[in-house]
Amino acid sequence: MADIFAFAETRNGEFRKIAFEAVTAARTLADASSGGHVHALLVGAPGISAKAAQLGTYGADTVIVVEHPGFERYNPEATAALAAERIKAGGYRVAVFPTSALGSDLAPRVAAKLGVGLVTDVTSVQMQGDLVVVKHPVNIGKVTATVNITSAPALVAVRANTFTPAEQPRTATIETAQPVGDPTASRVVVKEVKLGGGAKLDLGEAAVIVSGGRGLKARENFKLIEELAAAFGNAAVGATRAVTDDGWRPHTDQIGQTGRTVSPQLYVAVGISGAIQHLAGMRTSKTIVAINKDKEAPIFKVADYGIVGDSLEVVPALTAAVKEAKARG
Amino acid sequence: MKIAVCIKRVPDMDVRFKIAADGTSIDETGVKFDMNDFDSWAVEAALQFKDKDAATEVVVISLGPDAVQETIRKALAMGADRGVQLKTDKIPFDGLAIARALVAELQGGGYDLILFGKQSADSSNGIVGAMAGELLGLPVVTAISKLDVSGASGTAKRDIEGGQEFVEFPLPAVLTVDQGLATARYPSLKGIMAAKKKPLEVKAAQMGNPAVVVAALELPPERAPGRIIGEGVAAVPELVRLLQTEAKVL
Repeated sequence: MADIFAFAETRNGEFRKIAFEAVTAARTLADASSGGHVHALLVGAPGISAKAAQLGTYGADTVIVVEHPGFERYNPEATAALAAERIKAGGYRVAVFPTSALGSDLAPRVAAKLGVGLVTDVTSVQMQGDLVVVKHPVNIGKVTATVNITSAPALVAVRANTFTPAEQPRTATIETAQPVGDPTASRVVVKEVKLGGGAKLDLGEAAVIVSGGRGLKARENFKLIEELAAAFGNAAVGATRAVTDDGWRPHTDQIGQTGRTVSPQLYVAVGISGAIQHLAGMRTSKTIVAINKDKEAPIFKVADYGIVGDSLEVVPALTAAVKEAKARG
Repeated sequence: MKIAVCIKRVPDMDVRFKIAADGTSIDETGVKFDMNDFDSWAVEAALQFKDKDAATEVVVISLGPDAVQETIRKALAMGADRGVQLKTDKIPFDGLAIARALVAELQGGGYDLILFGKQSADSSNGIVGAMAGELLGLPVVTAISKLDVSGASGTAKRDIEGGQEFVEFPLPAVLTVDQGLATARYPSLKGIMAAKKKPLEVKAAQMGNPAVVVAALELPPERAPGRIIGEGVAAVPELVRLLQTEAKVL
């Protein structure tokens, strides 16, 4: 029997989807070890405790809630100190973190404090005897590594959109706990958070991504991409490095080796040739559509459905057809 | 100012990788190596401080076999002052083991800033910088895409999902560099000549036992070969039909 820890990421007092994914991954591990418990850590400004019960839906047996005004925004040092102490005290076999801007900052701090092994961007995790065995993409996703973590606890950070949140409802025990030290005394302070429009879907969480490359010819033609994304309704907009380097789109929209790695249900590549650096960020998408005027473009080698043609003509037609299909239901 | 930059030599990714006979490493035959992209941006960020104040010293540190000396020389050719190789036959996968070896060198070095790339293209964990900072007991800011340092404090921008965070921190600090902070300069011919004479110290790496070990490598399943369904606007109805009935994503 092994108890499992999960860090439940929030932003602005709301769970991020990856919080439920981390709890789901923890639940699966606990169940595989016959009768293990899942303890989730929820950290936030006063009032965050109102959200705690929701983690029970995804299989948390206990939710440890720590409220403090110093946790209104991400507080790296105080959160790491707290998570490390809870993990140490709880005697967990595995501690599950998100692979996200927050989780990728937090997990290595905690692992270093505890002196234990950590693997991030994990696509599967299992306990095998004394080992925790994970899968993790290396070499920009061209190779998959099976990795053994020998430390106890083992720290893993799960890849987004990989551990599908599964409802396994139970009434979680809510435990309140105190911060370690004074969260307002941290040396590293997030002074401000700017979010780009409330309704805009994040690339990591979108079911559909419509992405544009140099083939769009000009910055203003990106509005065709935005219109197609809007027609799908549940879509985010991505871009290639060439486009973000040219300043047509912010770097945060870049998909690829040095940008975001995404795995949506549907990835529509418009005017994108398909350089390996770009493929590294999207090759695990479930369905790939490519629209490009060059029929020799490498993107067509990975595209389930390719259309050879001028993006500026094909995309508006596709937008209209998607709207029509949506309207028909 | 005194700045350390930790850099990694990684394979050029523009190849079809083969797994070596041991099943746990890459067959390096015909594989080229270069400085990790994020690390080259970290070197550039350090050199931009040196551009502004010639008294700034930039030290590059790399862990690995003697082949990493080539990577260190490249950073020296870009303009760094001196290099340190932490010698080991094989770069471990375990980020904490790497961080410990780097910390043994960084400790007591009197650095104002210690820079890392956000992550390496090969192991792709993105954890060494934050771990090293934590072990050193220094403030850490990860994945920064903008940096201002003034006196004994700095501000940095971090890109987060759908937005940005603006972070304040005191120096000395450990920072990891994301895309957007700096574009690496090319070494000049003069720089390449000068680099040959710059000091490059070789020391044994002190890593301890790894807690994370690669058990096996495999090539992921190939995607089914791509299919072109038609040309131009005329192919749109067929695409929509396939998205609805075959892919079931619409």
